[in-house]
Parts: sequence; structure tokens; C-alpha cells
Amino acid sequence: MDIFKRLNRFYKPYQYLLGISLVALVFTVGLGLVYPYLLSLIVNKVILAHEFNKLGLYIAIILIASLVKGGFNFTQQYLGQVFGINAAYDLRNTLYKKLNTQSFTYYDGVHTGDLMSRLTADLDAFRQFLAFGFNGLVQFVLLLGFGLGLMFTMNWQLTVAVLVLMPVLAFVAVSFDGKLWPAYKEVRRSLGRLNTAVQENIMGVRTVKSFAREDHELDKFDHRNDSYYTANIITAGLWKKYFPYMELIGNMEVVIVLLFGGYLVVTGHMSLGDLVAFFSVLWYIVAPMSQLGYQLNNWTQSVAAGERLLEILDAPDEITTPVQGYVGEMQGLVEFVHVSLAYADETVLHDIAFSARPGQTIALLGLTGAGKTSLVGLMPRFYDIASGAVKIDGVDVRAWDLAALRKQIAVVFQESFLFSTTIFANIAYGHPSATIEDVRRAAAMADAAEFIEELPDGYSTLVGERGLGLSGGQKQRIALARAILADPRILILDDATSAVDMETEYGIQQALQQVMKGRTTFIIAHRISSLRRADQILVLDHGRIVQRGRHDELLREEGLYRTIYDMQFQDQGLMPPAGEGNLFDSFAESASASASAN
Amino acid sequence: MGDFMDKKFAGDPTELRAPFIYKDEEAIDKPFRMDQMRRLFAYMTLFPRLGWASLAATIGGIAVSLIAPYIIGVTINAAIAKHDVGRLVGYGVFLGALYIANFVASRLRIRYTNWLGQSVIRHLRGQLFSHVQALSFDFFDKRPAGSVLVRIMNDVNSLQDLFTNGVISSITNLFTLIGIVIIMLSLDWKLALITMIIVPIMLLLSTKLREMMRRSWQVVRVRLSRINAHLNESIQGVRVTEAYVRQAENQTFFQGMNADYLDKFRRAVGLNAIFGPVVDFTGSIGSALLFWFGVHMLGAGGGLSVGMLIAFANYTGNFWTPISQLGQVYNQLLVAMASSERIFQYLDTIPSVASGAEAENLPVLSGEVRFENVAFAYDTKKVALTDVNFHVLPGQTIALVGHTGAGKSTVINLLARFYEPTSGVITMDGHDICKMNLHSLRAQVGIVLQDTFIFSGTIMDNIRYGRPDASDEEVMQAAREVFADEFIRELENGYHTEVRERGSRLSMGQRQLISFARAILADPRILILDEATASIDTHTEHMIQQGLKVLLQGRTSFVVAHRLSTIRESDQILVFADGRIVERGTHGLLMGTKGYYQNLVEAQYRFMA
Repeated sequence: MDIFKRLNRFYKPYQYLLGISLVALVFTVGLGLVYPYLLSLIVNKVILAHEFNKLGLYIAIILIASLVKGGFNFTQQYLGQVFGINAAYDLRNTLYKKLNTQSFTYYDGVHTGDLMSRLTADLDAFRQFLAFGFNGLVQFVLLLGFGLGLMFTMNWQLTVAVLVLMPVLAFVAVSFDGKLWPAYKEVRRSLGRLNTAVQENIMGVRTVKSFAREDHELDKFDHRNDSYYTANIITAGLWKKYFPYMELIGNMEVVIVLLFGGYLVVTGHMSLGDLVAFFSVLWYIVAPMSQLGYQLNNWTQSVAAGERLLEILDAPDEITTPVQGYVGEMQGLVEFVHVSLAYADETVLHDIAFSARPGQTIALLGLTGAGKTSLVGLMPRFYDIASGAVKIDGVDVRAWDLAALRKQIAVVFQESFLFSTTIFANIAYGHPSATIEDVRRAAAMADAAEFIEELPDGYSTLVGERGLGLSGGQKQRIALARAILADPRILILDDATSAVDMETEYGIQQALQQVMKGRTTFIIAHRISSLRRADQILVLDHGRIVQRGRHDELLREEGLYRTIYDMQFQDQGLMPPAGEGNLFDSFAESASASASAN
Repeated sequence: MGDFMDKKFAGDPTELRAPFIYKDEEAIDKPFRMDQMRRLFAYMTLFPRLGWASLAATIGGIAVSLIAPYIIGVTINAAIAKHDVGRLVGYGVFLGALYIANFVASRLRIRYTNWLGQSVIRHLRGQLFSHVQALSFDFFDKRPAGSVLVRIMNDVNSLQDLFTNGVISSITNLFTLIGIVIIMLSLDWKLALITMIIVPIMLLLSTKLREMMRRSWQVVRVRLSRINAHLNESIQGVRVTEAYVRQAENQTFFQGMNADYLDKFRRAVGLNAIFGPVVDFTGSIGSALLFWFGVHMLGAGGGLSVGMLIAFANYTGNFWTPISQLGQVYNQLLVAMASSERIFQYLDTIPSVASGAEAENLPVLSGEVRFENVAFAYDTKKVALTDVNFHVLPGQTIALVGHTGAGKSTVINLLARFYEPTSGVITMDGHDICKMNLHSLRAQVGIVLQDTFIFSGTIMDNIRYGRPDASDEEVMQAAREVFADEFIRELENGYHTEVRERGSRLSMGQRQLISFARAILADPRILILDEATASIDTHTEHMIQQGLKVLLQGRTSFVVAHRLSTIRESDQILVFADGRIVERGTHGLLMGTKGYYQNLVEAQYRFMA
């Protein structure tokens, strides 16, 4: 009950609907007994006592009662459902909002699949209990109370006889449902595995065919197809085991009523009409009895589901905007003052100190896991630091208004993510009101305009999960256009051009130099060619800055930078001085010439 | 320029700026078609024993449900009304025995109908999967993986209900209905006809109202799947959303789709809540008619007894279940029409590349390859290769060079016979590969793709994919040879590390190293390799360079090359432009020509450090 209390802000506003629904439910159940009662009157008074003039009245009452009961029943069901749907609506909106403000640390620790199952299956289990689970339990109690009450008034001995088997029925029903849930879970699990096998097979079809491994894939599929079949057969086995018993117990009740009730009529302890009515009431309560297990399970499932939803809702908001945060126009002066960062117990960055002036380009180089991505993520406050300070324009980022801070910094992530919409809307993601011209200009600067305009639908082309498949380099260029359009004071490129060829990358960098004039750029890259023109290169190793300086300075030092350079140079070293002398030398000259021109 | 802009931004302006667009699934139901239905039900005849057993068990159950009300009626008339305790006990025991027989029949029915249905589904899915597996690349290139998955999984599953319950229960229900009608007519034909007035009403309700309900639930489901698609994407792209501070706009969008869902859900629930009361009231009309006329017939002395009137009331009550279930089966059928049409469409697709009946096995190759006047077009409009000729000696390494779309990938596709040339001949050791057994060809041609596909399982399993019978030691040996061993050992469980979600834990470079190990384990006579363009962590890149050298040794290799070192070391460079070979020769030779290749190299070179 505690779980429901903690979630009550979602259903409290709609509790009046449940209230009306419950009142309607009482009437529905009550009016349901009119038919069995009138049946006994028709038999006793009309047929046996020959009071034919009452028949019309009785039939009219049956019809009217059925109509009125229908109205109540509709109200009961409909309002109960609306109660559940409305609460689920509020809950879903709140969950969505919560998820969109969670910190990056939170997402580093959760799986998309797990969150999705909470947002879908758990939310629905919770809704179901509100929508009909609660009503179902109340209805069960009412039916049992009213039904048995009517039976007692007609004949208590027969009622007692009928009651003997009821607990058996309830027991069978409850234990059946207890076993059914795990069985269905297994059905879903094996379906999930089958699904994975098929999905992998289709997505990896090139690999399958090129290794001629179709037979292996068929075996794998057959195996999982069999498991799914078996899980279904096991579930059917449970039905086979329990359902006939429930049916049999219900039928045995009929035999009891017929035998014992018949005896009571024969011995004059009961009227024939009451016996007929008894049959009718019996069916009225046997059906809900066999549903008892389902109702109880619905309750336990919803409690577990509620708990999982609360875990999302109660997760602490780790990164929040300060009260009256700084909202000034950003200049782009970045200072890292003895910054350390830790995830859980592991220190990722140690004593990072540097500063970047507006107009500068800062490059970060280092092996995978050196801490480059973590470092740049501190500026838009994707993570908060353990000690030291990150300042922008002299203001600690934790004192900046969060939205103002992030709106003036644009990040192009390592994995370019496109949403399911047009290319236009993807580029305009950070600036939805952008004009067509703006978008086009940003695309051109990211060297994306050409390929986009060659597409049959141009900027209206749908991309994302079900849209057109773009190459890695094309996705990266769209993500870059998105960042350019956001008109940032600080631009962060986290290995953002890894999938485009060097020629294109060079062009993009030239264009960026224009856009980022007077602004601050951070570049993470593996290719020396991508970062050699930077004003400052920071070489990271195991979370520390081990070297810093410009390209030519770093080349003169012994160290990681030279090692990496040599490794990449080795590749080119194989080039012979083809034709007009050494191409590399001429490039190095022109590069250093352009660097000094800055 | 103006014209051009107009065209590129043509179409629905609201769509251009739509924050998110989610396309819905294909048609959900289709009109009834007899030929399709016959083809569908032919699957049941594959399991005749299960079919007959289900039917027999079901008919047992029907018999009981038909006889029981009659026994109760007779008991009231002949035993209770006549105060005959002996007969009462007799009838009661008989009824009890009948119910026990029904208990047995129920168990058998549940067992056999499920066996039958699940067997049909398993068979159909197996057939569909193995057929799709045999289809050629043009099939997979034309459609997203998701839509193929939906057919094999969801479309087949949607037939499950029809085969487990639908068919058997509709036969059962028809028998039950006919049985009830016959019994009622024989008890009292006049009263029977009067009470049966409600049957058409019930029939109409159970088909039409149910159809409306099903439709509105479908609308709800479509809305829900949009919501789920959006939620999924929001979680995956949450970093972008937070970085660009898009929360407010997205919240508005989401609340909009959530409210729409709420609205559609309410409508469906409303229809659902009407159904019960309407059915209930129709039943009451039936009872009212029965009692009104029945009681008067009792009084008129038409031979009708109290017991029979009660029996009639019970039979009328039993009308509803079979009719309701028939309506359900009718709706299941409409859904099945749509999904089976999609399934059959796949089953009727003929693989465009397949081994002919008399295809010979390719003998063990030395590795000589020849393209003679090869041309290829993916479709009639787009010519991908024109007049390609080359000759490769065993053991040579060939570098394929050119811009994106120049025809390099097409050459790869033709070499592995993923596609067949539109004209011209490709031979290996003198055998036309299009006339050879496909399996024997691919067993000798290995391919390393740019983006390596990783299957869920251990690293060991993934490398072993190249040769299933390889021992653990051989797998590790292969990894060592191509320098993949080092990073694998650093993983938490080494070779037994589980990789999931398509190897997302591994970097691009690491995935490529795994595919090198896979290829060297398979030890193909001819190797096709698509070098990764992406920049890779320097250390891993170094390993890849080393591994590549090992991999190319001792076999004919075709490399779509991006690294100058790879190109330079090749025996022959084929330069492609617009689907033709424009230059060929060694690096030294081509660098002197001031041609296309030299231009390409110098352009690349300019940006390298």
C-alpha cells in the first residue's frame, strides 16, 4: 500500500472518477441479482401458483433492470478505465520530464532496454490495477456478499452445501495463476531470444553469406524456435492441468444443487422456483471465483511495477541549475583550475589545469580511456567535478544558469545521433526556428549540403531508425551542421570527423576557422593531421596532462605525442619520393606557414 | 538557385520542421480471400493426427454442453416435480459422470489444440526463415532490416491465435450452435423459433461491434508504438537533447502525442464498455420472449413442461458463447489475411542468385581470377559497372581505388557472387563462378567488411564463426597471428567475454581485428577486404597494419584500400571512376603518369601529417 501512497499524486486528482465508478459497481452487482430473483418469482408465482397477470410485470422488471444495470455497468467500467488512463497520462509525462533532465552519470549506469521496460510494461501494469484491478477486487467481494446473501435468504442448507467446494475453487484458481505468470515470463523470454537471433541474422546477413554459414544460422534459429515452442507448450500444459479442474468444480456445484436442492424440493423444504434461481446465482459467482487468482496477481504485479517506477522518479537530480544562475552572454574564456573528476570510486581526471582564450583552438590527444571525453564534458556540466573549478568567463560553471550555459556551448559527440525526422529538423534541433537559409549555410559549412541536396527529398529526407540509412561520415556531418547552427561561443568536437576522409575533414576545418573566429574550439582527434593546427595541444594519459604545447614544440620533445606521430608517420614513410620530390616536406612547409599566419 | 532551393525544400512545410516523425506499420487487416485462406489452412493438414485428435476431443466437450441442460430439465420434470428421489439420484449421478467425461475431454482438447497450433506456427516460421535466409542481396538491400524482422516475428505470431484456438473453436462453435438449434427445435419448434429471433442480432453484434472495437484498439496500439519509438529514441539521444537544451520543445511534443493516445484510448475503452451491457440486454430480450410465450404455452397445455422451459432458458443462455467466439474468429481471419499476404509474398520471392540444379562444386582454387567484359546494373536506370576486364594471378594483392560510388563495392559484390553480372563472365581458375555451386564458392572466398558484424556471444564464438570446427587453441592462434590477442586478453573475461548489442563494447578498430582473426581462421583462397576509413586509436591502428600484412600473405586478395601503405604494397592497382577502370598498374608506374591516381594520392597526401 505504501507504494501506492507514494504514487498518489498521479491518481489523486482523478479519485472522484474511481468513487463514482465504485458506486456504479455496487448498483451493477445488486441489479445483477434481479434476474435470478424474478426467475424464482416467475416459477413460484406464475407457473406454479398460476398468477398469470403478474407475468407482464415481472418480464418488464427483468428488461428494465437489465437496461439500468447496463447503464451502471458501462459507467463503472468506463470511469474506472478513464481513472487509470488519466493517471498513466500524468505519470508518463512526469517520467519523460524526469528522464530528460537526468545527469550523464545516471545514463552511464542504466540500459535503454531496462528503462524501456519500465516505461512500457511496468507503467501498464500500474495502469491496469487502477483501471480494473481495484474494481475487480471490490466486485469479487460484492458478488460473493450479495450472491451468498440472496442464496441464504432462499435456503441456508443448500447455501452451505454450495460453499463447501468454493474454497477449493479459489485455491485452484490462485495456485494456477501463481504458476501461470512465470510460465508466461518464460514465453516472453524465449520469444525475446528468438527475436534476437532473427534480428542478428538479418542485420549480419552479409557476414553470414560471405562465410557460407547459413546452415549454422538455421540450426541456431531452429533451436530457439523450438525453445519458444516448448515454452508455449509448457504454458498450455498449465492450462490443461488447472482449467479442467476449475470447470469440473463449477460443474460439480451444479450436481450438488441438483441433487441436494432437488431433495429439498422433493421433501418440501424449498420451492422449485428457488431451486431454479439458485442455479442462476451459482453461475453468477462461480465465474469471478475462477478469476480470483488473476485479480490477486494483478495486485502484486502492480506493486512491483510501482516500485520500479518510483526508482526512476526518486533518482536524485544530480545536476541542477542554481537559483539565480549567471546568464550573461558568453565570451568563451575557459579556465580549468586543478580539476579532478571521479566516477564512483575511480578517479578519471587528476589535477587538470589550463586556460583557453576566446578565438583559440585547443586539441586533446591521447589513447582510448585517457579522459578526453570526460574533460570536455565538464564545460557544459555533463558531469560535476570532485575538486578544483571549471570557470567560463571567470564564473564557475556550477554558478551558471544551466540552460544559458549549455545553449552557448555546442557539442558534437563521438557517436552521432540522428532523430527520426527530416534532415532539416535534425540540423535545427538546437534552434528549431532557424530559417531554411540558416540550415543550408550550416550544412554547407559542415560539407553536408552537397550530399543532402543530391537526395531525392533533399532536406525533407527522413533519417533515424526507420529512415534512410546514411553512412557514418554523412551522419557526422549532419551532427556537425547541428552544432554550427546552434551558433555556439564554445564548440566541442569529440572525434567528430573520424569517419570522413582527410580531404573533407580539411575542408571542414577551413570552414570552421571562419565560423569560430573569436570563439573557442575544442577538438578531440586521433589523427595528428586533425589537430596539428591547434593553438594548444593537450596530451592526456591516464587522466593527467602529460604534455602541452603547439605541434612543432611537441614534436621536438620526447614523449607520447612523438610516439603517436611516429606511428602515424610510419604509414606515410613507405611513400617513395614520387615524381616531384618529397610530398610530405612540401606539405609540412605549407602547414606551418598557415599555422603561423593565424 | 531559386528554382533549386524550391525543389529541395518542396513538400509539406510542416513536415520539414516536424520535431519527430514516426512512420506506422503496414495495413493491419485485409478483405477475405479464399485462395489465401486455403493456402493458410493447408499448413494444418501437415499434422493430420493432431488435427483429428483436437477435433475428437472438442466434439466430446460439445456433447456434454448440449446434453447437460436437457438432463437438468428432465430431472426437474421427471424426478423433482414427481417427488421421485430414486430418479433424482440416478439423474444426478449420470450428470456427474457426464461432467467427469467432460473433464477428460477438456484436458485432451487443450493439449491437442495447442500442440497443433504451436506446431503449425513453428513450421511456418521455420519455413519463412530458411526461405529468407536463402534470398539474395538485392532482397536485403531493398528493405530495412526492421521490416523483415517484423514479418518473421510479428506477422507469424499474429497467426498463432488463429491456429491454436480459432480454427478448432470455430468448428466447435458451429457444431454447438447447430446442436442447440436442433435440440430446441425438437423440444418445441414454435418456442424455439421465437427465442431464436435474437440470434441474428447477436451475430451482428459479435461481428460488427467487435470489428469496431478491434479497429479502435488498433488505433490505440499504433499510437502506443509511436510513443514507444519516441521514448526509446529519447533515451538513446538524451545526451544530445540535454546538450542542446531541447527539453521544453520535446516535452510539448511528447505531451501532444501522449494526449492523443489518451484520447484514442478513451474511445476504445468506451466501445469496450458498451459491448458487455449491450450483449447482456440482448440476452434479456431473449429471456423475456421465452418466458412470455413459454408461460402462455404452458398454460395453453401445448405439451411444454416446467423442466423443459428451464432447459430452454439454459439453451438460450448457451447461444451467446459460440456466437461471440465465431465473431472473434471472423476478426482473427481478417487480421490473418493481412499478415499471411505479407508472409506469402516473401515465400514467393525467388532468390535471384542461386545454385542451379546441375551446379558443380568449385574445386580447390589456386586463386586465379579473371573479369571479362563485365557489366552490372543494380536496376535498369543505374549502371554500376561497364566493361570491366582484369586478370589476377594466384597470390597477388589487388588494390581497388576510387571515390565513393565509383564501382569498387560492386566488384566486391560480384566477386562473392552476392550479385551476378548483367553481362560478361567472371572466372576463378577458369570456372565461370555463376555456374558453380554457391556454397563451394563462398567457402573459398573470404570477406572482411568495413563495419564488422559482431554476433551476441563470446569473442571466442565470434572468431570461430570463420570455421566452426576450430578448437579453442586454433581460435587463439588465429587471434595471435593478426595481433588481436593483446586487446582480447585485456578484456575482463578474455576470450570468453560476452559481447552484446552488436559488439557496442568494442571499438571499431577492435571489431576489425576480430574480423581479421575470423578471416584468417577461415583461411580462404581468395580474400576480399574493405579497409576501414575511420580514424582509429593509434595503438589499435598499429595492430591493424601488422595484422593486415599477415592476412594478405599467401592468398589472392582484393582490397578496397584507403591507406597508402596498403595500396603501395599491392601488385596491381585498379583505379575506378564512374564504373570503369580508368587506370591500372603499380604505384611506382602510376605515380609517374600525372593521371587520375596521382591526383588522388596527392590530394590525400596533402592532409596527412
